[in-house]
Amino acid sequence: MAARHELGEPVVVVEGVEKAFGAFVVLKDVGLTIRRGETVCIIGPSGSGKSTLLRCINALVPISKGSITVAGRQVNDPALDKLALRRDVGIVFQQYNLFPHKTALQNVMMAPIHVLKQDPAEVGERARRLLAKVGLSHKHDAYPGELSGGQQQRVAIARSLAMNPKVMLFDEVTAALDPETKKEVLVTIRDLAAEGMTCILVTHEMGFAREVADHVYFTDGGVIVEHAAPAEFFGAPRETRTRAFLEQVL
Amino acid sequence: MIAAFFERLNETQGLNFSIFYDAFDRSRFLTGLWTTTYICVVSILASLAIGLLGVWVAGSNSRLGRLVVRGYVQFFRNTPPLVQLSFFYFAVGGLLPTVSDGFGGQSPLVSGTGWAIIAFSLFAGAFNVEIFRAGIEAVPETMVEAAESLGYTRFQLWRQIVLPLAFRICLPALNNNLVNLVKTTTLAYAIGVPELLYAASQIWSEVFNVREMMNVLLVVYVLLVAVLVWVMHRWERAMRIPGYMP
Amino acid sequence: MKTATTDLPVLKPFRAAPIAPSGLAAPMMLSAGLVAGVAIVFAASLAVAQATGPSARDGAVTILLRWAPLIFQGFLFNLLISVLSMALGTAVGVLFGIGQVSPSAIMRQPSWAATQFFRNAPWLVLLFYAMFLLPFEIRLGPVTIAFPAWVKAIIGLALPVAANVSEIVRGGIRSIPSGQWESAEALAFTRRQTMWMIILPQAVKRMLPPWMNLYAILTMATTLISVVGIQDGLTITRAALVAESRPELMLPMYLLLLLMFFAYCYPIARLTMALERRFNVKG
Repeated sequence: MAARHELGEPVVVVEGVEKAFGAFVVLKDVGLTIRRGETVCIIGPSGSGKSTLLRCINALVPISKGSITVAGRQVNDPALDKLALRRDVGIVFQQYNLFPHKTALQNVMMAPIHVLKQDPAEVGERARRLLAKVGLSHKHDAYPGELSGGQQQRVAIARSLAMNPKVMLFDEVTAALDPETKKEVLVTIRDLAAEGMTCILVTHEMGFAREVADHVYFTDGGVIVEHAAPAEFFGAPRETRTRAFLEQVL
Repeated sequence: MIAAFFERLNETQGLNFSIFYDAFDRSRFLTGLWTTTYICVVSILASLAIGLLGVWVAGSNSRLGRLVVRGYVQFFRNTPPLVQLSFFYFAVGGLLPTVSDGFGGQSPLVSGTGWAIIAFSLFAGAFNVEIFRAGIEAVPETMVEAAESLGYTRFQLWRQIVLPLAFRICLPALNNNLVNLVKTTTLAYAIGVPELLYAASQIWSEVFNVREMMNVLLVVYVLLVAVLVWVMHRWERAMRIPGYMP
Repeated sequence: MKTATTDLPVLKPFRAAPIAPSGLAAPMMLSAGLVAGVAIVFAASLAVAQATGPSARDGAVTILLRWAPLIFQGFLFNLLISVLSMALGTAVGVLFGIGQVSPSAIMRQPSWAATQFFRNAPWLVLLFYAMFLLPFEIRLGPVTIAFPAWVKAIIGLALPVAANVSEIVRGGIRSIPSGQWESAEALAFTRRQTMWMIILPQAVKRMLPPWMNLYAILTMATTLISVVGIQDGLTITRAALVAESRPELMLPMYLLLLLMFFAYCYPIARLTMALERRFNVKG
């Protein structure tokens, strides 16, 4: 199902990235390119550095070596305007991380109003549209504690989208959900990808990766072992490590 | 009518609640109650301000500032409040110059009530610093990460996310500390501040109704604490977030 | 893959503060440092007093050395009172605490009411209460038990201690999961056996830190007995200042007394925190 739409210029370019926490090397010489409108899935065993890579892309974690460019911005530049970068990159976490003291609607509206200084009335309208899009029109006034995990995760997606990001990062967003609610979140992401949003997903959902991704990366031990279009990747993996992993999870 | 009842109670039962029928005793008692309330309210507000200031300095980049706050907190938490009060009133107060009171006499720069408020505010403030700090530390780091990834500045992050959550988390501990502060105000008796306990002791040493006044005192203090607890609980409830247990 | 830490300095100062606790030795060393800091402040105030005092009379250091042993004796008396009050208060408080979780309302409600009442009353007022309203002796048939002032003071201080211990015990018992009660019941233990053999031994670990904290508070509160006319460290300090009538001595004298209390209470506070942390880690 690759290339349902035209792919544009490269949005995220990762080159020769290395990341170490002390003596512990998490990423080694990682390189990948994501073009506008592309949906990329990163899969691999736990501890292979996938989530760290995502956090490096929006500068939550500084890299030790190499370079990352996002929408023309050099992420590893010491003079980087991190706030500007983060306005362009949305991230959704495994644990939702909604602000518990704000309602669903307020969660979506807060950042555009306070960070982007946009007109509250206009933001409110957009936030309502976004909540409708993730299927939560009826939950505007609910607090995160009153929502199910899947609902919270969809609010979190709407919250990120409200910033009009150029790239969306998803960090194992369905890992904490039960199978039923998992589906509603995956559908939301699939629709988003179909609309042409550039998406990078770290995920364990092989079926989903196969269906939605334009390109699949397999990481293990901090390196990218193999990457290919999903049909090829799942149909005829080249590396033994990839085959061993796929045999285990499929 | 209440006065008549208590007068009869005195004559028939020998239970002398003079504050309910004797105008002079009543006014002394009410003055004491007012002084206690005044010391409580001012000290509570000042101790909250000290707590906020302390936690702000403790989080700053200044090493010296952090050290000073640490020393302040530990010293005031681990020495007797009564000795602190004596220290301020006798030792520090004794060093300060006196001012002319306008009637040809000299009066101290800071009154006994003033020293009581200063001492109690510093004492409770030391606890507040720790309470606020614990509250801020209890805000999950994931919240910070989420706000950062939405492009919040440090100031916005504090104002919108960390402080509102931290405040809710520390309300119960704060509640406890403020109740303690109310109880601590009785120490002002030791430096002759005419607060409730002092007023009561004056009454019982003149009217010889120690037992009655003692019981009145206990009840009044428990009521004062109850009022504070009630106000704090109302506040806690008003701030509660549905479905969120900090 | 662990959740990565953030690089923004937002909460860093608050997280940097906790000192790596290696056993109980580290906090002890730390408290020594802070005690030394307070001692330096004291020494400075003494030096100022020595320099500014009238040269014709005894220097500040001489006077302080004259009185320090007496003040220390008074301080030891404070400690004695604190130990005895704690013992009495704990004994009574444990009973009330167990009463608070009793299934019988006749036990539970009075225990609860007494606990709440004495917990919320000011310590000084309770001390007055005991001093003035306890008889100076009790006659039980032929035996006469005398109540000198210091015994009354111990009882007066033990009242709020008992109420606080009661709450600590209740909290400790409540913190034990109900599965423990159920499994003990299934093994045919009586309620009393369950309480003393199964629940309390587990709860003691959780009750220890707040109990130690209460002891430190009590130690500091023992100075209240000076208000009701019993000679303790604070009384002697004041008497010394009156006897010498040297205003420049006020600061160092009071600081000396504060230092004694600090040197005793601060290590207890550190130990309490260390225990709290250790028990928390193990759940």
